[in-house]
Amino acid sequence: MVNDTAFAPWDDPQAKPLIRFDGVTKTFGNFTAIDDIDLTIYPKEFFALLGPSGCGKTTLMRMLAGFEETTKGTITIDGQNMAGVPANKRAVNMMFQSYALFPHLSVADNLAFGLKRSDMPKSEIQGRVDEMLRLVQLQKFAKRKPHQLSGGQKQRVALARALAKAPKLLLLDEPLGALDKKLRQETQFELMDIQEKTGTTFVIVTHDQEEAMTVASRIAVMDNGKIIQVDTPDRIYEVPNSVYVADFIGDVNTIEGTVSAISGENAELTWGDDTPALRATTSADLTVGNSAAFVIRPEKVAISTTEPDRHNRVQGAVEDIAYLGNLSTYFVRLPNGTLIKAQTANDRRLSQRSITWEDPVWLSWSDTAGIVLRG
Amino acid sequence: MSRRLLVLIPYLWLTALFLVPFIIVLKISLSDYAISIPPYTPQLDIAGGWAAVKDFFTALDLENYWFLTEDDLYWKAYLSSLQIAALSTLFTLIVAFPIAYGMANAPDHWRPTLLMLVILPFWTSFLIRIYAWIGILSNDGFLNQLLQWIGLTSEPLTILNTNVAVYIGIVYAYLPFMVLPIYSTLEKLDGSLLEAAQDLGCSRTSAFWLVTVRLAKPGIIAGCFLVFIPALGEFVIPSLLGGSDTLMIGKVLWEEFFSNRDWPVASAVAIILLILLIVPIVLFQRNEQAQREADQ
Ligand SMILES: Nc1ncnc2c1ncn2[C@@H]1O[C@H](COP(=O)(O)OP(=O)(O)OP(=O)(O)O)[C@@H](O)[C@H]1O
Ligand SMILES: [Mg+2]
Repeated sequence: MVNDTAFAPWDDPQAKPLIRFDGVTKTFGNFTAIDDIDLTIYPKEFFALLGPSGCGKTTLMRMLAGFEETTKGTITIDGQNMAGVPANKRAVNMMFQSYALFPHLSVADNLAFGLKRSDMPKSEIQGRVDEMLRLVQLQKFAKRKPHQLSGGQKQRVALARALAKAPKLLLLDEPLGALDKKLRQETQFELMDIQEKTGTTFVIVTHDQEEAMTVASRIAVMDNGKIIQVDTPDRIYEVPNSVYVADFIGDVNTIEGTVSAISGENAELTWGDDTPALRATTSADLTVGNSAAFVIRPEKVAISTTEPDRHNRVQGAVEDIAYLGNLSTYFVRLPNGTLIKAQTANDRRLSQRSITWEDPVWLSWSDTAGIVLRG
Repeated sequence: MSRRLLVLIPYLWLTALFLVPFIIVLKISLSDYAISIPPYTPQLDIAGGWAAVKDFFTALDLENYWFLTEDDLYWKAYLSSLQIAALSTLFTLIVAFPIAYGMANAPDHWRPTLLMLVILPFWTSFLIRIYAWIGILSNDGFLNQLLQWIGLTSEPLTILNTNVAVYIGIVYAYLPFMVLPIYSTLEKLDGSLLEAAQDLGCSRTSAFWLVTVRLAKPGIIAGCFLVFIPALGEFVIPSLLGGSDTLMIGKVLWEEFFSNRDWPVASAVAIILLILLIVPIVLFQRNEQAQREADQ
């Protein structure tokens, strides 16, 4: 995490990207799977693609790997235009969503498959295979056929096979989907470790936003073939550029209203008839009178039984409490019907907590806790 | 108990349909030719008591098998049958693989129709279909008319009554037996395996050989046996399409039985053919077994 602050080639205008998408569109018949995407990915990045099912993540990866031609636009890898370059001529390896292990080959032979097709001398192949088996902790399974492995083991073979050739770019299509939570977290750190050791650029597709937040240097949030936002995990979380992104990543409260004042980064939003205007920051291009949305994360909303001394405060009644162990989420209904979630850490025992169902409570947050987005 | 009975059923059928006829044929092959009905001796005379049975067994000998080694017609016929069966199996494979491959890669909604078309010829009698080839291959048949009309030849080609016609007949008749098992393995093939192979550095061609053909291997082997085994003893096709110099053991067998009426020698020929077939049949069973295990 230390070098995360230092590693930010996307902020460096001199940095040369490894991958460039320029106006890339991909259509299947009259269905547009990828819609005019511009994207740059830098060497040694751990780049995550996040988005709902069917938004085009796999299609994007397949275009990088060389299995789909672009309909429009160009993809450049390491300065070379990839148009017409077949998959086997790209320094790119892909881990398939379905693993695609060769059923007739043992685990070891699956790992050796790509090496045998490279210019690696025969004498070194066995060593490399052993190294890969160790990496994914499958030494004992070297002689097994894929059908004799569990789902998680298959996944690790697929990962090791894609890593074996030490590609410049590694594409991982939901690499950890079949693992249980613990193994998944271990593998995530392993992946980051591997990435650090090998300096390979990773592009990873995942459905799991927590996973994306953990491993990625940057995240691209996609929707319907478009990239909505590309940013570092913390910025995606703290300064989403749209309600869609805010809603997709983590939990969020959204309040629709009208911009009533704006000066620099600070904005005020009026909403409802008898509620005070909300103060928040904004980076959106808004003017007074625009309709906009105020978004705030539940953990930034404070809950109290006494009236707090803050500008942003509303009163309501607790409708429901979701107890998550370390956290509790309070669902508070405001008099105008809006439901607001407030999350607090349970640093006290349950019995000692003072707020319960139907209690009248105050919700409050600082002037910089929420942000105003284009509505 | 009822399970045991269930297992008994196939064994009963096997005994009735294979073992009993086999023992009869084996017995005839050890008998001597005789001008009588049936045309061989000895006949088992159980009424004669123990002595008669003893006489019966002492009269059996291997004379007919010796005879097969004396006349070179027989081993030449076996060799030639092996050659014709092997070559036509190869030709069938060459013709069938692209058909199966095309079917497996056809759009989903086309496949049932294509499958139907492969099986369709079975709706007509085998004999009639082979007769039809006489009309196609004869000197003034459709094929020669077509070739002359296009201008490829000026003289009609002599195809009928040669080994070429036999090859054509066998390839035609046994094509579905090759297409179907290959198709069934290719249909199961996961397309992403080909992509994985390409991703790992294979060209399209080498991915085809290393993945498609390799994974179709059980189907190819099954198909080859399904063609080779019946082709080895094939009799109708060489009799109808082959010439006087087409030597196949099935034809020899037929002539021995029905022209010479020498049942004992004919039976010996049949027994040797059966022994020849046991090798590929056992290999075929092994392949099926291995395939079943791999599928689990
Ligand atoms: N070969 C194809 N022909 C037609 N449509 C396709 C093809 N491949 C993908 N699509 C469509 O393109 C869209 C994007 O597919 P893609 O596989 O990229 O989604 P995804 O984001 O990877 O989804 P998931 O998270 O479920 O894996 C989908 O609507 C899919 O139906
Ligand atoms: Mg996908």
